[in-house]
Amino acid sequence: MAKVWHRYGPVLIISLAIGAFWYLAAIALNANWALDRAERAGKTLGAVELVQETWSQKKPRLPVPHQVAAEIYKTTVEKKITSKRSLIFHSWVTMSSTVLGFAFGVGLGVGLSVLIVYFRVVDMSVMPWIIASQAIPILAIAPMIIVILNSIGISGLVPKAIISAYLSFFPVVVGMVKGLRSPDKIQLDQMRTWNASHSDSFWKLRLPASVPYLFASLKVAMAASLVGAIVGELPTGAVAGLGARLLAGSYYGQTIQIWSALIMAAVLAAVLVNLIGLLQRITLKRMGFVR
Amino acid sequence: MSDNTAISARGISLTFETNDGPVHALKDVDLDIERGEFVSFIGPSGCGKTTFLRVIADLEKPTAGKISVNGQDPETARMNRAYGYVFQSAGLFPWRTIAKNIKLPLEIMGYDPEEQEERAKAALSLVELDDFGGKFPWQLSGGMQQRASIARALSFDADILLMDEPFGALDEIVRDHLNEQLLALWRRTKKTIGFVTHSIPEAVYLSTKIVVMSPRPGRITEVIDNTLPDDRPLDIRDTPEFMALSHRVREGLRGGHQDG
Ligand SMILES: Nc1ncnc2c1ncn2[C@@H]1O[C@H](COP(=O)(O)OP(=O)(O)OP(=O)(O)O)[C@@H](O)[C@H]1O
Ligand SMILES: [Mg+2]
Repeated sequence: MAKVWHRYGPVLIISLAIGAFWYLAAIALNANWALDRAERAGKTLGAVELVQETWSQKKPRLPVPHQVAAEIYKTTVEKKITSKRSLIFHSWVTMSSTVLGFAFGVGLGVGLSVLIVYFRVVDMSVMPWIIASQAIPILAIAPMIIVILNSIGISGLVPKAIISAYLSFFPVVVGMVKGLRSPDKIQLDQMRTWNASHSDSFWKLRLPASVPYLFASLKVAMAASLVGAIVGELPTGAVAGLGARLLAGSYYGQTIQIWSALIMAAVLAAVLVNLIGLLQRITLKRMGFVR
Repeated sequence: MSDNTAISARGISLTFETNDGPVHALKDVDLDIERGEFVSFIGPSGCGKTTFLRVIADLEKPTAGKISVNGQDPETARMNRAYGYVFQSAGLFPWRTIAKNIKLPLEIMGYDPEEQEERAKAALSLVELDDFGGKFPWQLSGGMQQRASIARALSFDADILLMDEPFGALDEIVRDHLNEQLLALWRRTKKTIGFVTHSIPEAVYLSTKIVVMSPRPGRITEVIDNTLPDDRPLDIRDTPEFMALSHRVREGLRGGHQDG
């Protein structure tokens, strides 16, 4: 019991604090509208009525947690998952392009890191571009990528995945370059005394040494990939995906819908990142890194 | 240079160009090591012991002089896998078990799996780690890790074993024990061994030849032949002969210092 408390207690306390703050903030933010409406109707609101009013508007500035929860329940459990109204359906769309883009990004990142570590020229010539690429706001180039790809006949999942890849390859490059360079001088000298080939040095030393670095990068890459997928859904006038739900919600002032989509995105991120965390624990344990 | 010469160095110099100017790590080093000799290198910090071992193993190229190993240049000898090199720290790969660490050079050298298995087993029992093959490095003490790294250097039949302060970080008792084991191993295999140490008793106890070095520039000041019998129980260290030799080495070290 004490152990459970020790593990989950702090999380619980923080969650309660955030919840409380959220409800209070909702009163503050939604009160004006409620008071206006009451005034126009020639009524005056008591404190209790005011609170009730601010927590139950249809298009509040800030919806409260139970409103968002009800909306999520309605759009997940109560809708068929094939329905355009189902958040599960939209999450699935976003997750597919997140995962595809993540795969592209990891492939690209690992490939580039190997080139950078083995070829000085690549290190000197490509690395500045890689860093520059991340200085450009993704919101600025996402529409261009979508338009260009559409014009050459690529549409659907792939353009979004490419935006995800654009964001997710970077942490992989940085982590893998560090990881591939992590073997110390003694280990490299040892390989030399055994007259090991380049490929032996790579497969038996550099690559396994980089695994812990890779996993740290993968977590960041996955989160970045999700952001990329959502951003990729914004400019397309996409009809599906959490990004599309956000956009539609903001067109029509459906704040509850926006917040539901946001919460779903957060849940999706947590699930995906934790999956990698699980894989990380299993792999590192089997490799003997974890004591 | 006779057929029996394992290592022959003539006029070896090595200067490192650093930002603070040149560092003369080795200057005009001449040394012959016969096959089957156990040579200890001793001298103050920075006198070039590690550098000389690295030159022998082709990890460093001398700026002047000639060195031959088994009648070949060091690079060829390295290509022929003549060296088992034990570094100051064990340098085991943390993602490999002890047995798999020992198999690593064997994999690289293309031994078939059965032979890898046999040799790893034999090497492990040589350093008395028979039951630890399946453990990961972090599950072993520092001394055990160092023994594993010695086993790894022994697993393929390198004729030259180069050891750079392999027991430097260990306590006296473990060190005594490993010294005994190493001596027994050397007597059994008659490998040529180059051994760097800071400990006078260790040098005297182990070697057939003690090379005393001094720094700035790094050079050999004295080569002392060890007159102790091959059979050396630990308590030989209390004999007058041992004391006399130790004294000579100490004098040699002191002399080198005054020169420098
Ligand atoms: N890679 C290098 N670059 C520059 N200088 C070096 C390098 N390696 C060694 N040196 C210098 O060469 C000299 C000899 O170094 P070396 O490591 O051979 O000494 P050592 O006798 O092994 O000392 P210790 O007993 O402390 O291990 C030192 O002055 C050292 O600073
Ligand atoms: Mg040294």
